[in-house]
Amino acid sequence: MSTGAGRTLSAKATPYLLSGPALLVFSGLLLVPLLLTAVLSVNAFDDATGVKSGFTLTHYAAVLTDEYYLGIFWRTFSVSAITTLMCIAIGAPEAYVLSRMGSPWRSVFLLIVLAPLLVSVVVRAFGWSMLLSPEGLVNQCLQWVGLGPVRILYTERAVIIALTHVMLPFMVIPVWTSLQKLDPDGENAALSLGASPFTVLRRVVLPQVLPGILSGSLIVFGLSASAFATPGLLGGRRLKMVATVVYDEYLHELNWPLGAAIALTLLLANLVVMLTYNRVIERAYRKSLG
Amino acid sequence: MSRNGPIALGFNALVISFMLAPLVVVCVVAFTPENTLSVPTTSFSLRWFRAVFAHSDFVQSFWNSLWLGLFAATLATAIAIPAGLAMTRYEFRGRDFLNGIFLSPLIIPHLVLGVALLRMFSLIGVTGSFPWLVLAHVVIVTPYALRLIIAAVVGSDRSGEQAALSLGASQATVFRRITLPMILPGVTGGWLLAFISSFDEVTMSIFVTAPSTVTLPVRMYMYATESIDPLMAAVSALMVAITAVAMFLLDRIYGLDRILIGSR
Amino acid sequence: MSFLTLTDVSKSYGSAPVVADMNLSVEKGEFVSLLGPSGCGKTTTLQMIAGFVEVTRGRITLDGLDITRARPNSRGLGIVFQSYALFPHMTVSGNVSFGLEMRRMTKTERRERLDAVLALVHLDHLAARYPRELSGGQRQRVALARALVIQPRVLLLDEPLSNLDAKLREEMQFELRQIQRKVGTTSIMVTHDQTEAMSISDRVVVMEAGRVTQIDDPQRLYEYPQTRFISTFVGKANLIRGRVRSAGPRARVDLGSMTVEVDAGGAAAGDEVFLSIRPEKLSFVPLGQGQLDGVVRERFFLGSQWLYHVTTAVGELIVACPNDGRAPLEEDCHSGVDWPSHLVRVLAAGTAGFDAQQSTPAAES
Repeated sequence: MSTGAGRTLSAKATPYLLSGPALLVFSGLLLVPLLLTAVLSVNAFDDATGVKSGFTLTHYAAVLTDEYYLGIFWRTFSVSAITTLMCIAIGAPEAYVLSRMGSPWRSVFLLIVLAPLLVSVVVRAFGWSMLLSPEGLVNQCLQWVGLGPVRILYTERAVIIALTHVMLPFMVIPVWTSLQKLDPDGENAALSLGASPFTVLRRVVLPQVLPGILSGSLIVFGLSASAFATPGLLGGRRLKMVATVVYDEYLHELNWPLGAAIALTLLLANLVVMLTYNRVIERAYRKSLG
Repeated sequence: MSRNGPIALGFNALVISFMLAPLVVVCVVAFTPENTLSVPTTSFSLRWFRAVFAHSDFVQSFWNSLWLGLFAATLATAIAIPAGLAMTRYEFRGRDFLNGIFLSPLIIPHLVLGVALLRMFSLIGVTGSFPWLVLAHVVIVTPYALRLIIAAVVGSDRSGEQAALSLGASQATVFRRITLPMILPGVTGGWLLAFISSFDEVTMSIFVTAPSTVTLPVRMYMYATESIDPLMAAVSALMVAITAVAMFLLDRIYGLDRILIGSR
Repeated sequence: MSFLTLTDVSKSYGSAPVVADMNLSVEKGEFVSLLGPSGCGKTTTLQMIAGFVEVTRGRITLDGLDITRARPNSRGLGIVFQSYALFPHMTVSGNVSFGLEMRRMTKTERRERLDAVLALVHLDHLAARYPRELSGGQRQRVALARALVIQPRVLLLDEPLSNLDAKLREEMQFELRQIQRKVGTTSIMVTHDQTEAMSISDRVVVMEAGRVTQIDDPQRLYEYPQTRFISTFVGKANLIRGRVRSAGPRARVDLGSMTVEVDAGGAAAGDEVFLSIRPEKLSFVPLGQGQLDGVVRERFFLGSQWLYHVTTAVGELIVACPNDGRAPLEEDCHSGVDWPSHLVRVLAAGTAGFDAQQSTPAAES
């Protein structure tokens, strides 16, 4: 039997020992690479000699002032924003409709809406590129009803449609979770007090579901802004977004420092948005919904 | 118990069609006998599937992805089990910080991770190395395994372990014969989810793979940006099939709705 | 004239009947309880009155108007749900004023009514709190206030006290009755707790498997239960099996080891019956001086009374004696057991009563 002091020491060390392997992996393959990239982003770059050591902020300056990059950021931002709005407009009502269904349909449809998450984004994006191409199904249907072939593929519209498809589950999940927490008699209580079904939605359901919608919006916006395969396949070579520009810099231009600067700016933007959201949500809902 | 009117049900039908459209189209076009992307109207053909299996690049990538997934999922689960136990069973300084780090790959864009790892790999000189690719995937898929394992540990009853200890079992025996069997659904579910995530991953992988280690999704992406033909549809259909099998297994072992939306 | 009437109201899901041929007349200002075990259909009946469940057959009339098919947001009823169903994102004031906002009242009118009702339920100091910050009892009062402030024609209460702990439940029972008396609103309460139903209702409707088995004021229900089930569901009862030898008001019933003389009511000679005697109607007397003798097998101290399990020739009897300071009987003690014949009830051996009557409020006392 070890002494009391000995037992306490080893008991204290246990959680650190248990987390050790994971911490080792994450330090080596997450923290260190990020640090190295941060360093890289302030290194100089020469077309002829490649990456040079030394401190320079030219890349960040370029990212924040050059019209080309600002345009890319703006496009990424607006595409992500529109995608987020579409996901709210489609995902929130769908979650509500599903929550009012009986089993087994409810589980079946919920599964259909969420299962695409487990299919690679390449497959989904490719599927959309087939549907939205000039000879694709969508155009075929439009021609059927008399509207001329519309150019959808390789425009922002295509990227938004495909992104909405990819991101919809990320909106449905938090909204669904919020809906599950609702007291089922709450809507009945409002009805009994004389509210119309629309007023019940507006004054009783929506306020309680809002945190879920905001949470989903955050996830959708963040993932859309950093999306790669979807804009890559549906935007084509000319419609660049942040992720595809970074790809170009790294693998075609070989200007790694610039690519690193862009990537880290994206990361920073993500973190800032997330922290502001947490602050806002906490303040607004702490008293009522805890 | 359905309280939905016809408009609501119609809306639901539209959303369902929207969600299924690209997947259905991909699977259907894969069977076309034509040379171009078209819906098979007269006959179904397996020629494009045969073409996939004859295409050495795709076959090689498939095996890469398969082994990568197996190793990454296993390693991720192996480090997630002790980490999950630490997070839930112990109160210690830095727990929230560690929890944040372990779950951070869910918030950090895969783009950023890919770029960062590419830099580090080139500095060390391991760009084409398969083991290092595995480690990269481990980082990405560990959060998925960790979340499920934590849920399993939190939901387990400690009194069984306490009974075993009181009967004289060592900590290791308690873990092996009491704890592990109890959290096994969470562990296997976590493993499967990690595997699926690794198998599907493209954004980070496209930066970190080298010609010899190209994974299937990366190969598909590169192919799709250059040529559009039913071969791509066939590969996609196969990917959907593989995912469907994995989902079926996941549902059997753990329950798909539990994974996708948390507790039932 | 009845204020709320249910006529042949039935509800079936597919072919499974949940409520069958319910007939009920409630007077204005009355407090009626629907009492029964879970699954008896009492909650479904309430939900049909509220309009959340469609009536399969029958009619519901309120103040002369047929409301059977009216939408739930047009019936003007006040409802207190079992879970209270408060709006978590609104304060107490917000919750209570909601119904008034739906009626498009002006701010000053709302303020007046709000203050009045919050004072009525003693919650005036908590108007700005959120439901999350309130105790169970306080939430229950908010639910009550919210239902009362709209001055409903009928107040419906679905097991309103079941989520409270025992002590609080007792207090709230009386307060509920006080408030209802003060405001004068016709009220219908659903409960499975018979003490609750009996202590605050004007009349109790006992339901079993979707049907009404007895409607009476609490005292009549307790003293004259019409079925075996009711006699053991409402209060405790000693049930002794017997056969009627001769019928009539001075019938002789054979209990096997002895014969007793009781008022057999509508029972005929040869009928199998159960004699039902309440434990507090039995008393201990010296050996040989009572209806029969017995041995105390076990005794339980309940504070205000002693409960004895006595083995006798006709079976095990439960005797309840008030804790009036006298020494209690010991276990294994032999004693005589006695009861007044007129306090014995005769019940049919089947589940139905002999003449399952429904009494109107103007029944004989």
